[in-house]
Amino acid sequence: MLKKMMLVSLLVASPVLSAASLNIAVEVPKLTVAEYHAPYVAVWLESAAEGDKKTTKTLAVWYDTKMKDNGGHKWLKDMRQWWRRDGRDLQLPIDGVSGATKLSGVHNLSFTVGQVPLTELPKGDYVLYVEMSREVGGREVVKVPFTWPVKEAATHSQTGSTEVGAITLVLNP
Amino acid sequence: MKKIISQLMVVCLAGAAVTAEAHRGWMLPYETVKAGESGWVTFDLASSNDIFQIDHGPGRAEGLTVLTPEGKTEEAQNIFTGKLRTSFDINVTQQGTYKIFLASGGLNARWEDAEGKRASWPARGEKANPADFATAVPKDAKNLQVTQSSRRIETFVTLGKPSQQALAPTNVGLELVPITHPNDLAVSEPAEFKFLIDGKPAVGVKVTVIAGGTRYRNAAEELELETDKNGIVKIQWKAMGVYWLGANYKDEKAQKPAKSRSGSYSATFEVLAE
Repeated sequence: MLKKMMLVSLLVASPVLSAASLNIAVEVPKLTVAEYHAPYVAVWLESAAEGDKKTTKTLAVWYDTKMKDNGGHKWLKDMRQWWRRDGRDLQLPIDGVSGATKLSGVHNLSFTVGQVPLTELPKGDYVLYVEMSREVGGREVVKVPFTWPVKEAATHSQTGSTEVGAITLVLNP
Repeated sequence: MKKIISQLMVVCLAGAAVTAEAHRGWMLPYETVKAGESGWVTFDLASSNDIFQIDHGPGRAEGLTVLTPEGKTEEAQNIFTGKLRTSFDINVTQQGTYKIFLASGGLNARWEDAEGKRASWPARGEKANPADFATAVPKDAKNLQVTQSSRRIETFVTLGKPSQQALAPTNVGLELVPITHPNDLAVSEPAEFKFLIDGKPAVGVKVTVIAGGTRYRNAAEELELETDKNGIVKIQWKAMGVYWLGANYKDEKAQKPAKSRSGSYSATFEVLAE
C-alpha cells in the first residue's frame, strides 16, 4: 500500500520536477575569416552572492577533444574568465558537460534542475555566462542575469558583438 | 703609480655602480598561465634601460633555480647566453605554481690595509662564510665597512590551478610573499604583496612598478610605492600586460659583524583579463 502510494506520488510529482529547467540556445556565429577554427566554448552559472556563499557551476565546455594525450586541454585557459572562475578546478572530461567543439549555428542545451550537472539551483540571483575563444581569433564573454525560481516561463537574451552570437535562456518553472 | 691605480679603481667602481643603477635586471617568461598535462615555457634574462628590451647585456645564469610546485629544485634547460640576453626553457609537468629565481647575497667587507691599499672579502664571485671573517679581515683594517646584502630576481609560472608551496619564503634577504597569487593577477583587481627582510616584515621598501613596452611610450610611467608598517604594498594595474617590479631596502639591523644590510628584489608579473 505504502509502495503504491509512493509510486503514485512519484508519478504525480515527477512531471512537475522535470519541468523545472533551463534551456539555453548558444549561437556559434558564422565568421568569414581566412583561417577559421571552431571556438572553445564555456557555459556556466554564477550566483550573485559574494565570498564563500558564491557558487559557480559549469554546464558545458566544448574543446578539442580529439587530440592525443589530452593535447586540446592546452588552450582551455584561453577562456580566461571561465578558467579563473571554475575551469582550473575541474578535471576534464566531465560526462554530460564537456564535448567536442561545434560548427557555427545554434546549439540547444537543456538542463533539468535536480539532475546532473544542475543538481541544485537554490532560490536567488544568478548570471549565466557564455565565453568563446577562437584559435587565431578573439575572445568574448556574454552575461545573462536572471532570478530563480520563476512562476511562469521566462526568456532572457543577450548577443555578443564579436565572437559570441545570440544567447537565449528560457527558464521553465 | 699605486695611487693612480687605486684612483682608477674608484672611478671604475663608481662607473659600475651607475651602470647597475641605470640598467635593470629582469627575467621575462613568455607565458605564465598554462593548462593541460604539461608544457614548455621560454624565458629571457637580461639587463637594459627599457624594461624587457633586449639591447644591453645578458643576465648571468649561474645559480638559476626552478622550484617546482612540490618545492623541489630543477634545472632550467637549453640555457643560451648571447651578447644581449640569456634564454632558457623550463618543462612544466606538475600541476601548480613554479618559482624561477636567481638569488645571491651574504656578507661583504671592504677596508684599507696598513699601507692604505683597498681590499675586500670575499673574493669576486665567491660567497662569504661568516666563520672566516676573523681570519680573512685583518684586525688592523682601516675604514672597515661590513655589509650584509641580498639580491633576488624571480618570476612565476602556473600549470593548472595556482598553488602555494613554491611561494614560501626562505627568510634570507629581501623577499616577496604574495598575498594575491602572482599567477592570478587581473587588470580589474588590485594586487597585494608582502615584503620580508630576513623573514620579518620589511617596512618602507621602495617599490617601483613599470609596465613593459616603455620603448613605445614617451614616459616610463613608473609607479613608485612604499611598503606599509606590515611590509605590504598594494598595486593597481593600469592595463593587461607584463609588469616589472623592482624593490630596494636598507637598514642598520645587520647581523654582526655587518653594520648595515640591504636587499634588492625584482620580479616579472603577467596581468591578464578578469
